[in-house]
Amino acid sequence: MAGKPQTASHIERVARTAYGRLVAILARETGDIATAEDVLADAFSKAMTSWAEQGPPKNPEGWLLTVARNRNRDRLRSSHHRTAVAGDTLDEMERRADAAIATTMALLDTHDFPDERLRLMFVCAHPAIDERMHTPLMLQTVLGLDAKTIATAFAVPSATMAQRLVRTKAKIKQAGIPFALPDGNIFEDRIDGVLEAIYGAFAADWQGEGQGPDQAPEQGPSDLAEEALFLIDLLVSLVPDHAETRGLAALLWFSHSRAHARTDAHGCLVPLEDQPASAWDRLAVERARAHLQKASTLGKLGRYQLEAAIQSVHAERAESGDINWTAIVQLYEGLLHIAPTLGAAVARAAAVGHAYGATAGLNALAQVDERDLKAFQPAWAVRAHLLAQSGETQSACVAYRRALDLTTHLAQRRFLERRLHEQLALSAKST
Amino acid sequence: MSPPTTPDVLIQLKDNPMRYTLFLYNDESAFQHVSQEDMQQQYQLFGQYIAALKEAGIFVDTDWLQPSPSATVLTLKDGSKRVQDGPYADTKEQLGGYFVIDVPDLDVALAWAEKCPSVHYGLIEVRPSAMPDDRNGA
Repeated sequence: MAGKPQTASHIERVARTAYGRLVAILARETGDIATAEDVLADAFSKAMTSWAEQGPPKNPEGWLLTVARNRNRDRLRSSHHRTAVAGDTLDEMERRADAAIATTMALLDTHDFPDERLRLMFVCAHPAIDERMHTPLMLQTVLGLDAKTIATAFAVPSATMAQRLVRTKAKIKQAGIPFALPDGNIFEDRIDGVLEAIYGAFAADWQGEGQGPDQAPEQGPSDLAEEALFLIDLLVSLVPDHAETRGLAALLWFSHSRAHARTDAHGCLVPLEDQPASAWDRLAVERARAHLQKASTLGKLGRYQLEAAIQSVHAERAESGDINWTAIVQLYEGLLHIAPTLGAAVARAAAVGHAYGATAGLNALAQVDERDLKAFQPAWAVRAHLLAQSGETQSACVAYRRALDLTTHLAQRRFLERRLHEQLALSAKST
Repeated sequence: MSPPTTPDVLIQLKDNPMRYTLFLYNDESAFQHVSQEDMQQQYQLFGQYIAALKEAGIFVDTDWLQPSPSATVLTLKDGSKRVQDGPYADTKEQLGGYFVIDVPDLDVALAWAEKCPSVHYGLIEVRPSAMPDDRNGA
């Protein structure tokens, strides 16, 4: 019995590294993610007893894959399944299962598994699937996160998330979304969706903030940020020469390097330019730089590379001691050119304020359509800072209050309240 | 007009195709002002499209429908027969025709939908068939 806990931890280790690989292989073979997950779960539970009795196998992944495939064959044979699945004859299903087993055996001989996770990622981010489900589906199928964990990150009830995941998997099967690697132009189109989904995992904790990781506060790295980093590193390993994949990897690693510097001891947001560079994770910065460097050799500029380049300029402060704001303004202009977003336009205005003074910053903000900015929280925060800098205390107070009204994020609220009180104190002094 | 090929599939699961119906929706009011010439061109484009589907060996069926005011709606669902002037849904975009095709997967179905002439002025809904497989005997 002493062997049992050891087995459990062994299985846990295998699960962490192998889950997505095995789901990807099984899902491709069955065309059905839900079935793949079910038979794999059965295989893991069988492993608990079998490995405890006989010790873990030499090739645990191969063992699990074979058991899962056998389990799938058993299911296909059962009469229950015969009625449950329309469109396939039993003979055909058996023939398929046999082919799958034969392939497993061949693979076991060579100990060489194809990594099908890229296909799985493309399926998860397929345009035929509801965009909001891309990230949750990827977290579940590639990383094996349970619906409850995912639901928490996306602030939806657990049962709702579980139901959505089940529906999405059913759609994949019924609609016949292929577990294929798209080629040529389609690859370029589709990989954008994959990158967005990974970015979505990283940004899940900032949901509702309407802006990138660095503008928003966060108490240290979240679990999902770690998962997003795992996914982007995995994607880089699968498509090492895709520039935007490297760009996103750089962006996420830069952002992650500041995970512990974003809030102070009082749980108050610290804006990027005020963070002590010594609090940044140097190793993460180095990783980010390496990705950005590699991306720049691939000759295909994109949104994520530009965003990462902006973060790179900030990171240079650790060595140079100051921030090259004019470079940041230029990079934002490049970004607005290829991927115009409200967030980037507002961030540019803030950078203009740093580079050329508060009045110039306010002018830049005035160029953005007023109607778009009305309920856009970051715009009010930036406007408030710029007004405060130009000594327009009264207007600054109004803007800070509006910015506060538009956010529920605790660290951000503390920060805005602190600034608001400074302004109120100033205005009390002047009257 | 060739469909994209499905890349290497390690274990061929898709050797029996899936059946999809492409539902062609478009704004009928726009058709009222189409010239005879443009109409001729449309006939020709659809003719070419059907020929390409047949050549690829994926064509099953198609029809082109009279405008939606010609529709009649019938139901027995409340126990008694009701017959009404159609169409069922009064939307700007109306069902104007369909194609039924047999292809390996959704991506191939979408690639063919993209080649359909009406995609340039309307919407195409791609739906998989739910019919039990009786095509093997055919």
